[in-house]
Amino acid sequence: MALKKYFPIFVLPTLAAFTIAFAVPFVLGLYLSFTEFTTVADAQWVGILNYIRAFSNDDFLNALWFTVKFTVVSVITVNLIAFALASILTKGLKGTNIFRTVFFMPNLIGGIVLGYIWQLIINGVLQTMGVTITYDPKYGFWGLVILMNWQLIGYMMVIYIAGIQNIPTDLIDASKVDGANRMQTLRNVTIPLVMPSITICLFLTLTNSFKLFDQNLALTAGAPSKQTAMLALDIYNTFYSRIGWEGVGQAKAVIFFVIVAAISFVQLMLTRKREVEQ
Amino acid sequence: MNTVSGRNTAVRTLLYVILIGVSAAFLAPVIIVAINSFKGKFYISEEPFSLPDSETFAGLENYTSGLEKTEFFSAFFWSLFITVFSVIAIVLFTSMTAWYIVRVKNIFTKALYFIFIFSMIVPFQMVMFTMTKTAAELSLDTPWGLVLIYLGFGAGLAVFMFCGFLKSVPLEIEEAAMIDGCNPLQTFFMVVFPILKPTAVTVAILNAMWIWNDYLLPYLLIGSEYRTIPIAVQYLRGGYGSVDMGALMAMLVLSIIPIIIFYLFCQKYIIKGIVAGAVKG
Repeated sequence: MALKKYFPIFVLPTLAAFTIAFAVPFVLGLYLSFTEFTTVADAQWVGILNYIRAFSNDDFLNALWFTVKFTVVSVITVNLIAFALASILTKGLKGTNIFRTVFFMPNLIGGIVLGYIWQLIINGVLQTMGVTITYDPKYGFWGLVILMNWQLIGYMMVIYIAGIQNIPTDLIDASKVDGANRMQTLRNVTIPLVMPSITICLFLTLTNSFKLFDQNLALTAGAPSKQTAMLALDIYNTFYSRIGWEGVGQAKAVIFFVIVAAISFVQLMLTRKREVEQ
Repeated sequence: MNTVSGRNTAVRTLLYVILIGVSAAFLAPVIIVAINSFKGKFYISEEPFSLPDSETFAGLENYTSGLEKTEFFSAFFWSLFITVFSVIAIVLFTSMTAWYIVRVKNIFTKALYFIFIFSMIVPFQMVMFTMTKTAAELSLDTPWGLVLIYLGFGAGLAVFMFCGFLKSVPLEIEEAAMIDGCNPLQTFFMVVFPILKPTAVTVAILNAMWIWNDYLLPYLLIGSEYRTIPIAVQYLRGGYGSVDMGALMAMLVLSIIPIIIFYLFCQKYIIKGIVAGAVKG
């Protein structure tokens, strides 16, 4: 086919941009995680020293634990509430579209802006107890969870609505005829049939929560004393506010990448298995 | 779906109470910020939940001082510039690449497809430092350079989505165009691209939402010279001394207004795009 000769026009622009923005920095990043450097040119091979320093760094371990806790709580709350709202909004009530519009709206607002909106609200509430969000890490934690729910519920709800609307009505009717009650219908008919939506929503909330940065930076910036810094923010701080720690920052970034890749993979494998063929 | 029947008014009322309560929780934060943007800057942190009164009302003072401090209009321009050109570049170039990958099947295009997919699961922090250095080395730390970087970062998801759609497009139409004497470029733009339009809209919306709101990448690459809206908002916070809460509230409101206008006009496409993107992602 003649198309083959058109490689420079069809592929080269994308490939060149991809090489500069992703491929070269990725390979370089892997390499630099085994070196000590301040600029790319002065790298000295140090083996796995950076990884040892990363794992013995309290800030990193704390950020890892904070991120895991935050992700678990967010994934559960976001998906439960989103699914509940989606099932209410698929009952044919009047005004469904208006509610959907309202619930989805926060998702379009950027992370930095979201962080400052919630900082005002949460500080306002905490003020009645005479403290602010940076007084105790638990305020920052629950603040981030509330923010994440506010941002992601609408997005996930829209995906669940599409999933529920795709279920053939006769299957629900058939389960009613067979004498199934509401809970039984939900557990044995609805949930297995919306499994593809559940897969994608779990995947999206999991990775979005785990990689959170902007919201974290704007809401608490890690305060008090880095205790509410998540992994992405800790890596950023290691690179840009600790001189001589660039190598450790890069090692942390590689660990971060490996965890994100592993979760994505395991999670997809697990839920794909449970999907039902229609 | 199981419609609530007329006799079940109690259930229906309960559902409405829930929905209205949740709506209030979703709208309240934005409304509270909007109210506070009209209060004097020293009253905001003190009484965030009270309405402005004759003593605390500040008129548009926060807006004028915020616009000045953040150079908001310039930030708005750069946000728009970067988002529009990056989205055009992504839609145009990745759709062409995807067509090539799907139609020219060899080991090279297969490997390329795999690498694009792989890039989707790599978090930004992995390449944050090295990408910033590489881009600066190549003098790409300009708004146009940023467009190129966004093309590279957005390529994974976009190529994946276009390829997914193209696999279901029959070859016959393209072959007919080729026989009629079209070269591959003509075939792509006159025959293939029009078919790709729904996917192109989805790709455009997903990328526009990401790029418009993105903070870290533009901050690291061009932040010292050019500010986008998220950088301008964060800039108010950074620096020394106490934060001007009045200006911050006003800038939050100004950041949200364009998004809400865009959302109300394009809601149908946005929701469709999200669902289509999710199903394929």
